[in-house]
Amino acid sequence: MGVFDFLKLRSKAPPSANVAKERLRIIVAQERAQRGTPDYISVLRREILEVIRKYVNVDPDAVQINVERDGDHEVLELSVSLPDKPDFVTATR
Amino acid sequence: MEIAALTEIIVVTSGKGGVGKTTSSASLSVGLAKRGKKVAVIDFDVGLRNLDLIMGCERRVVYDFVNVIQGDCTLKQALIKDKRFDNLFVLAASQTRDKDALSREGVEAVLTELAAEGFDYVICDSPAGIEKGASLAMYFADRAIVVVNPEVSSVRDSDRILGLLASKTRRSENGQTIEPHLLLTRYNPSRVESGDMMSIKDVEEILGIRTVGVIPESEGVLAASNAGVPVILDDVSNAGQAYDDAVARLLGEDVPMRFTESNKKGLFARMFGG
Repeated sequence: MGVFDFLKLRSKAPPSANVAKERLRIIVAQERAQRGTPDYISVLRREILEVIRKYVNVDPDAVQINVERDGDHEVLELSVSLPDKPDFVTATR
Repeated sequence: MEIAALTEIIVVTSGKGGVGKTTSSASLSVGLAKRGKKVAVIDFDVGLRNLDLIMGCERRVVYDFVNVIQGDCTLKQALIKDKRFDNLFVLAASQTRDKDALSREGVEAVLTELAAEGFDYVICDSPAGIEKGASLAMYFADRAIVVVNPEVSSVRDSDRILGLLASKTRRSENGQTIEPHLLLTRYNPSRVESGDMMSIKDVEEILGIRTVGVIPESEGVLAASNAGVPVILDDVSNAGQAYDDAVARLLGEDVPMRFTESNKKGLFARMFGG
């Protein structure tokens, strides 16, 4: 390894193990949150999104559905974020 | 039917394939047998029998796990006695393609009979994936050994498996827990030190479980599988010694980790003979 290679090493990107750990931290947390939620949630989310999109143009991730466990019962929490300036879809039906 | 509590059932699982489940099952079984425990090790990988090769008893397989469940033979006829330890037995996987050949009732009947025969430990070598074979291998377990390589896909799959251990096992259905142990394999301390591989602590933090053993990447593992002698019996190789330490920890001994730091000396240490 030459002297210049050594200099190059010092300015390298963060060690890849740190990148791996950070990516895993995020995906594992996300998958754990989904775990145990009923299978119909993803279908429900897609259908709700379709209905909303008949009226308002929203992003695919504008609809958030969470199932929260509160003691004995579960709470289905639904949140839809609308755009700042609603871009209404003209209803032609 | 109750499986007697004196027999401990340990599943060796991972989700991802090729991380060292069978190598680990073989070595842990031998390690327990070496310490005088009566051990049966069962290959749950229906269709892809491999434990027999790693244990070195492939030419003595007459009957397999599915034969026992289907009543083609008795359990005693199917258990292959190890040539090195007469308190160690192997139950080979079937090579049938029928994935439904294993049933929960059948597995339970075999485990119950092993308990009645006075086995101290039953090691269930799980197939990869999260299909039927893997879920049956873990269903009756009292403890789980999750084999992980310090690599992203293995860690992610292991977390899936931890979720299943917490929800799809008999213990979880009875409101009990299964204690999962992390067994890190193919660990390369010098790559960890250079920042190219996740450390033991990194993996522990992500998965939230304690480490029972760290097996260094070692040439001894391939040599052992070539020879059909579980690597734990190679007491020269680092991997063999690391498995032996893992067995001691499984039995509750407090053994410090070895082979987790590279022994390459730094430039200054070399220059000044440190």
